[in-house]
Amino acid sequence: MSPLNFFEWLADVPWSVDLHESQYAYSIIESMHVWAMSLFFGMTVMFDLRLLGWTMRSVPVSEVIRRLRPWTIAGFVLMVISGSLLFFAIPLRSYQNIFFRTKMLLLLLAGLNVLIFHSRIFRDVAGWDTDAVPPRAVRRAGALSLALWIGVLFSGRMIAYNWFDCDRQPQPGIINFLTSCTATEAGP
Amino acid sequence: MSLLPFFQWCYATGIGETIRESTWLFPVIEAFHLLGLGLTAGSVLLVDLRLLGAGLNGQPVIPLFLSEAIKCYYSFPFWVKMTSLLLALIFTFTLRRRVTRTDVAAERPLPARLTGLISICLWFGVAWGGRWIGFS
Repeated sequence: MSPLNFFEWLADVPWSVDLHESQYAYSIIESMHVWAMSLFFGMTVMFDLRLLGWTMRSVPVSEVIRRLRPWTIAGFVLMVISGSLLFFAIPLRSYQNIFFRTKMLLLLLAGLNVLIFHSRIFRDVAGWDTDAVPPRAVRRAGALSLALWIGVLFSGRMIAYNWFDCDRQPQPGIINFLTSCTATEAGP
Repeated sequence: MSLLPFFQWCYATGIGETIRESTWLFPVIEAFHLLGLGLTAGSVLLVDLRLLGAGLNGQPVIPLFLSEAIKCYYSFPFWVKMTSLLLALIFTFTLRRRVTRTDVAAERPLPARLTGLISICLWFGVAWGGRWIGFS
C-alpha cells in the first residue's frame, strides 16, 4: 500500500468526512490550533531570545526554561492534537500539499534542534547560566530554533492557500514531482 | 452615520486592490500577521502568567484589512475582534499597567491574578475573532 493509497483510504473514513463536512468543528479546531500556537510559539520565542542574549539578560537561562517549560509543553501538546485533527479532516489534500510537506520537514528539523540542544548544549548550562549573552554555540541553537519555528509557522499558514494544488494544473514538473501528483491529475 | 463608506474607500485603495489580485500576497502578509500574533502573545503571556502566579518575573494588519474591507464590515467576527482589541488595549494601558508597575503580585495575589486572567481572555478573544473572519 503506497502512502497515496493510505491517505485516499483515510479521506474516506467516516470520522474524517464528518470533520470535513461539519459546519463548525473544523473552524473551532483551527482556532484552538492558533491559540495553542500563540502559547507555544510565544514561549519558544522568549526562550530563544534569552539564548541569544536579547531579552531577560539578568535572569539565569535555567530559570527561564524552568518557568516557561510547562507552558511550552502544554501549548505543544494542544497544537499536536488540534493539528492532527486538522490533518485528519483533509488527509489527501494535505499529503499532496507542498506547504504541508515543507512544514513537516521543518518541524522535523526543529525537533532535532530541540533534541540536540537538550542532550548536548544545555548539559553544561552551569558554565554560562548567568551570562547576559551566552556562548556562540548556545546563540546558534537559539537562532536556528527561531528560524525553524518561523518557517513552520509560515508554511503552516500557506497550507490553506495552496496555489500549487494538484487540481490546479498545469504546474511545473518539479512541483508535481514534489507533491506526488499523479500523471492523470497533471493532464496532457 | 454609517461606517460603510469608509470601508468601501479602504476596499478601493490601490493597496487593497493589489493584494486582492495577487495569488500569494494575502497569504504571505497573513503569515507575517500570525508571526506578530505569536510575538505579542509571548510578551503578553509572560507577564500575565506571572500575574497569575505561574510564569516568569506591531503587526501588518492594515493591508489585509484593505484588501477585504467590505467583507469585514459585514463580518460579525471582525467586530468581535475589534471590540476585544479596543478593550484589551484600554485594559493594558490602565488597570494592567497599574498592577504591573508595583510588585502587587507578591502583596495582593487575587487582584493580580484577576488582571492576568482578564488580559489573557481579552487577547484570546482578539485571536478567536480574528481567526473567524476567515471562516465567515
